[in-house]
This record gives sequence, structure tokens and C-alpha cells, in this order.
Amino acid sequence: MSRELHQEGGAWPSFSLDGEEVPFNPGDTILQAATRVGRYIPHLCWHPDFPAHGSCRLCSVKVNGKPAGACTAKASAGLDVESDTEELNGHRKTLLQMLFVEGNHFCPSCEKSGNCLLQATAYEMGMEGPHFEEFYPSRPVDASHPDILLDLNRCILCELCVRASRDVDGKSVFAIGGHGIHAHLLVNSASGRLADTAMALDDRAAQICPVGVILPKRQGFVTPIGQRRFDAIPVSEQVEGDPS
Amino acid sequence: MQIHPQPLVSGAPDVMALLARHGNAPQALVQVLRELQAQQGWLPRDALGQIAAGLGLTLAHVEGVAGFYRFFHTEPVGAYRVLFSDNVTDRLLGSRALMADLCRRLGVAPGRLSGDGRVSVDTTSCTGLCDQGPALLINHHQVVTRLDAARVAQMAELIRKRVPVEQWPPAWFEVQDNIRRADVLLGAANAPGDALRTALARGAEAMLGEMKRSNLRGRGGAGFMTGLKWALCRETTGAEHVVVCNADEGEPGTFKDHVLLRRQADAVFEGMTIAAHVIGARIGLVYLRGEYRYLLEALQAVLQRRRDAGLLGRAILGHAGFDFDIDIHVGAGAYVCGEESALIESLEGKRGTPRIRPPFPVESGYLGHPTIVNNVETFCAASQIALQGGAWWAGIGTAKSTGTKIHSVSGDCDRPGLYEYPYGTRIGRILEDCGARDTQAVQVGGPSGVCLSAFEFGRRIAFEDVPTAGAFMVFDRSRDMFEVARAFAHFFAHESCGFCTPCRVGTALVVKRLDKLASGQGSRYDIDVLFELDKLMHTTTHCGLGATACNPLRDTILRFRPAYEQRLKSLYFEPGFDLDAELSIARRMTGRDDAGAHLENKA
Repeated sequence: MSRELHQEGGAWPSFSLDGEEVPFNPGDTILQAATRVGRYIPHLCWHPDFPAHGSCRLCSVKVNGKPAGACTAKASAGLDVESDTEELNGHRKTLLQMLFVEGNHFCPSCEKSGNCLLQATAYEMGMEGPHFEEFYPSRPVDASHPDILLDLNRCILCELCVRASRDVDGKSVFAIGGHGIHAHLLVNSASGRLADTAMALDDRAAQICPVGVILPKRQGFVTPIGQRRFDAIPVSEQVEGDPS
Repeated sequence: MQIHPQPLVSGAPDVMALLARHGNAPQALVQVLRELQAQQGWLPRDALGQIAAGLGLTLAHVEGVAGFYRFFHTEPVGAYRVLFSDNVTDRLLGSRALMADLCRRLGVAPGRLSGDGRVSVDTTSCTGLCDQGPALLINHHQVVTRLDAARVAQMAELIRKRVPVEQWPPAWFEVQDNIRRADVLLGAANAPGDALRTALARGAEAMLGEMKRSNLRGRGGAGFMTGLKWALCRETTGAEHVVVCNADEGEPGTFKDHVLLRRQADAVFEGMTIAAHVIGARIGLVYLRGEYRYLLEALQAVLQRRRDAGLLGRAILGHAGFDFDIDIHVGAGAYVCGEESALIESLEGKRGTPRIRPPFPVESGYLGHPTIVNNVETFCAASQIALQGGAWWAGIGTAKSTGTKIHSVSGDCDRPGLYEYPYGTRIGRILEDCGARDTQAVQVGGPSGVCLSAFEFGRRIAFEDVPTAGAFMVFDRSRDMFEVARAFAHFFAHESCGFCTPCRVGTALVVKRLDKLASGQGSRYDIDVLFELDKLMHTTTHCGLGATACNPLRDTILRFRPAYEQRLKSLYFEPGFDLDAELSIARRMTGRDDAGAHLENKA
């Protein structure tokens, strides 16, 4: 997405987000426009460098009173968008709890803790516990690759690695398999192991995971807990594209 | 059909031949997988690799597609693959006991492969034979209707003796139409070509005008104006335009389309051809659900007859430049593919995940071409409108819901089958006509529709009152509506595509809660959580499957609350397990069973 706001004829078209006007470029989605001016709408599967995916549903908002995904709904002048409301944040907390109980997320032992978008968003939404019964799925860890660890216990199926590997790296290392609650990440090799793919540490796909699935090896706890990305500043104040 | 799977040799020529027959086109992937499995019994990983290489796809992509559809097997399955239809109407007719009996006779556990690799027995979502159930599906091809203890006993014997399915008693495969009330759609068929000739004489613009005048709304459930859909597609420029017939009749309890495809196939194809003329399409596709595989040969024969008669192909009925043909794509067991954008993904050989909309298919559909997707019944109606005009159609039914609607009636009634009524017909009238007595509830429109109780039987079938895609399942007072809702909850969890969080996890959580209630461990708190899940899923899911997945739950809690409350162990929180039962292993190990070895209140 364009990080700049293009001025046309002296005034920007704008829509209302929780009562404050947000200017937008033609073609913007609500989430793109909000992000550009540093306004936070919670999201996990969306990334400014990629087209909308619409699977996590964290960015669910109300547009003129109707439910919509902020990552897919196009901005248009005069829209009334509600996002930071008790009801919608309540839904977001429940969605986060669903993602936590669906996988195996043990934050205290996870290398991603403090840098994890799932964890940071859960703090932001005031999630204090899982609420639902844990699923405890049996998911494999693939440590075959010399430089990269793949721990599917933490996968939230955002498909950012699928998209980055296919669209940026041109390698299509990943795909989605199964269906329903058994949907899972697949690795593209005859053995199904990451070591037998062309995946490399400097691939975009190796750096884009918002949670702790795709991790570089031999870098454990280089930055101590407490000094990581979301430890000091909450996710809502670190919006991508924020000029500050 | 081959009964005994042969091991696939690497580089087997049949894979190469199969790929060549489909022009090595990646969008043929689902068809290639289906046809290979029909030959080989299942889909070994090395075959997936060959297919990937042949179609220019990655192995993971092919594996992901194979793993998406319920009818594809990436592990060995039995030479006889028996799938009992598991709609609630099959259950009312005793399908669960019959399946247990077959498993016992064959010495195989449900969902498992028998030790000798001969047979596997499992359930599948509704096979669309609710008026002649319990039904089952064999080897993803033949259907057996009207199961009873005698048929199951004989079937076990035939499987034990490895008698090929083709040699089973032909009466078992009989599928009846059971047309109980016919109106304009189910009545006598028109002569093939008559409607098309009339439409061509009118011209595309005028035919579109008739469609708009008819106020016909789509019969698949959403009820979008058909004339407007055609107009939007016609206005969109593109190298190709595409007409798709949605014959993925997956809504449990719906079985009208398979009858229309058997009796009125010409009307369906003719409606598609008229649509092609209106929007300027050369490509026609029928998405036939995998459960209706047994209809394929007959449908292909009709298509060939129409080609021979100049009703399909080049210069249709002598009109130079009007070229249109129809191909049939067979699905592989995925309810979500009834959603039009998921259906298009499936036609393109991908996982049936609904697309982000807009763009809608009329702008960007099959392979990016402007595409209309209409239901089987909608195309039949279009044929009638071509013949008799839009004003005639608009004169039937109500002002907002014109024409007739076919209802698939099943469950507790004397005369299950198809009933066609003008819109505006009372629910109670349908119940009277089908011989329903002492009716407790009707599920109209299937699990994603609405559950009505006796005080609502005066309501009418119409988009403005009780809309429906065609299912009409009747439950008398002996039925437990909680168990009906629980069966539907299992259905949605089984059919969720897994793309978005609220549907993928939400449907699984609803199942867990209802199973907890069913086991007698429930509390008021669990019902509160169910309400919470319903609200969340209704507003945050990616597509309609998740949004409607809790409809039966909400409807039955509101209308039949005692069915839930009698299952509650306490009004407050109750854990999903029995603490005292958890101590049983310790008791066994210590040889104790005295009061002190139990939790104090359980002694």
C-alpha cells in the first residue's frame, strides 16, 4: 500500500472512525487508511505489504451499523465506522481466546514472547485467560532445517508465510492443508520437511510470522524478556505506517 | 468400475493419460484427483507428486486440495467404501443402528479400515435422499436407498464374498422422484429447444427484460434478483463470460435438484443456454455435487443429444456467432462449495474457500471472467419465463416473491417427497398435504434456515416471511429438538472450511458445549457461552456458513428451552469431567472402594 496520502484538489476524502475523521486514498480499505494515519484497528493476518486476507477477523468493525472486516471493506467518503467499542473489543477478545485454545501457546517458554502480535493483541484487548476449554492439538515441530525452526503449535493460519513465500520469494514453500478445525500449514517437499525445501533465512517468509512458528535458530533470547518490541510500548501505539 | 485398488507404479501411464485428457490444465485438478481416485481407490503421495508436476503446481498445493475435500483419501481405504448418509432425517429412520449393525457384521469399527483392507464404513453429510432413506453411498458413486435390517444383512454378506457392487440387487439403487405436488416446474416437460427458440426470437435484450419483469429471485437461498444478476454480468466487459449452474445441493434435507436433473435436465440446460445468450457466454459449467455422481452419465447423454440437435455447440439453432457448450464438474464432498465464490474456487481446481467479495462473480468469477452462478431450479424457472413471459411468472406467488418454489419434504410425515407451491403458501398447508401429525417443529431451509414451532405454522413461505432454499424437515412431538440441534452443530463443524477463526474454532466449540450438555455435565453457564458464540459467529465470519451455523442452536434454545434445561446438572458452572470418576484408576491400583477413596459427596 502507499504510505503517502495523496492530496487531490485541496481536500482529502474522509470517513469517520469512532467519531474522528480519517482521510484516505482512492482504493484504500478502511484498515489501510486507518493505519496510514496511525489509528489502531486490531489485526493479525493483515500486513501493509500484502493484499487483504480476511481470515483472522480481528479487524471486524461496523460500517454504517453493519458488520464488516476493516481489511477488506473499501473506504468511501462519509462512512461511519465503529471499531473501538465495548462490543467489538469483546468479540476480538473472544476471537483471540479461540486462537489461544485452538493451538498450544505457552508464552513463558516461547522465544517470540514480547515480539508476538498474538500475545500483544491479547494484552491490548484485556484477555486474562483462555475462557474456553483448551483443544491441546497434537502438532509436530519441524527442526530439520539448519537455520529455521518450524513450530506449528503456535500457528494461527494467517497465511502470511504462504503469501510471502509465493509472492515475494517466488518459492511457494508453504500451503494450507486439511479443513475445519484440522486445517494446518503444509511444507512443500516430498518429505514434508522444511530442510528439503529452498527456504532460506533471508526469505521474506522466514521473517513475517506474527507468532512463534517460524523462528531463526541459534538466536534464543538474544534480547531479554522485558526489552522486546511490545514489552515497553503496547501494540496499539506501534501502528505500521505511523510516522512517529 | 474397478473394485480392487491397484498399487500405483511411479510414472504410471494412467496418470499421464488422465492429465493429458484434461489438457494439463491446473483448473482440472479436482477432476483429475476424482478420476484418479475412481481408478486407484485412493490418492497415494507419489501420484500427487506426478499430478503436481504435470499441472505445474507444487506438491503442497495438490496435497492441500486433496486434503480439503471429504471424498478424497490420501490414506488407503477399503475396496468397499461405505458412507451412511448422516442427516438428521436418516437418523430418525434408524441409520445409526443400521450402520452399527453393518460394522458388527463386518467386524470393522466406524471410520476405520478393516484388517484385510476390504471395507471401511463411515458417515457422510446428507446425500439428498431424505425421502427414501436411510441412504448410503458406495465408493463415492452408487447410492443405496431405503435401507433396512434385511438389506444391511445381505450387504454384509455381499461384501464378505467380495461381490462387485454392479452385481448387487438393482432394486437397491432405485432412486424415486416422489413428486407429490407439481406446478409449473415439476409438471410436464417442454419439448427441448422450445424455450430457447422463443428466447432467441425475443433477442437478448428483450429476454433480459422478461427476466427483470418476472422478478424471479435466486432459488439457492440468498434470493438475489436473477434478472439484475444477468444484467450486471452482461454489462461487464471481458474476453469470455461464463454461465455456472450450482448443482451442489448440499443443504441437508434438500433433494429437489437431483429430481430436476433427472426429470427436467433439458429445462436446466436450456435455462443455462438462454442465460448464455443474454450475457454473451461461450463457457457453461455445471457443478454437480460428488454425492450425485450417479447422475453423471445420464446428464452427459442429455448434453450430447442437445449438441446433436443443434441446441449446444457452434451456431446454436443456426444463429451465427452464438456458440455455447456445457461441461460438468463433479464435486468431492464439501458443503461450503455451495457458496458461489467457493464453488468457483473449486471449479478452478482449488480448495473451496469462499473469496473476499467484492468483486462479485458477475465482475470477476471463473478464471477472472464475468460469471453468473444460478441454482438448478432458477435455470428451470428461466426456461419457463422464456416460454411464457415475465408477466406470467410475476402473476404467480406474492408481489415480493414471484413464482413457485419446490420443497423437499422429509421427516415425520406420511408422504415425504417434492411439493411445488406458489410463494405465499402457509407452512400449515404443506404439513397437512404431506400427512404430518402431532408436529412439534419444522426446519425450513435446512440447518442454515429457520426452525419453527407449532404457533408459527400460520406463517408463509416467502422471502418476506419464511425464506427457504427448499428443505422442509418435519419433527413430531416424540423427537428431541436438542438432539436435532446437536446433529446440525456436528454438521457445520464437519463442513467448516477452516479459513476464518470464528467459524473454524467456533463450530468446534459449539460441538464441545452441546456434547457436554448431552453427557449430562452441562450448566446454565454453558448455555450462556452458546449464546455468546452465536452472537460472535453471526457478525464476524468470512462467509455465510459460519454466520448461519448457530441458527438451529439459537432457534431451538428460544423455542424448546426445556429440551436444554432438562440436561443441566446445575444452574452454575459444571466442569466437563467428573472429578470422582477421575479417581477410579487410583482406586483400582490401591484396591480400595471405601468411602474414603471417594470425594466426600460421592461416597
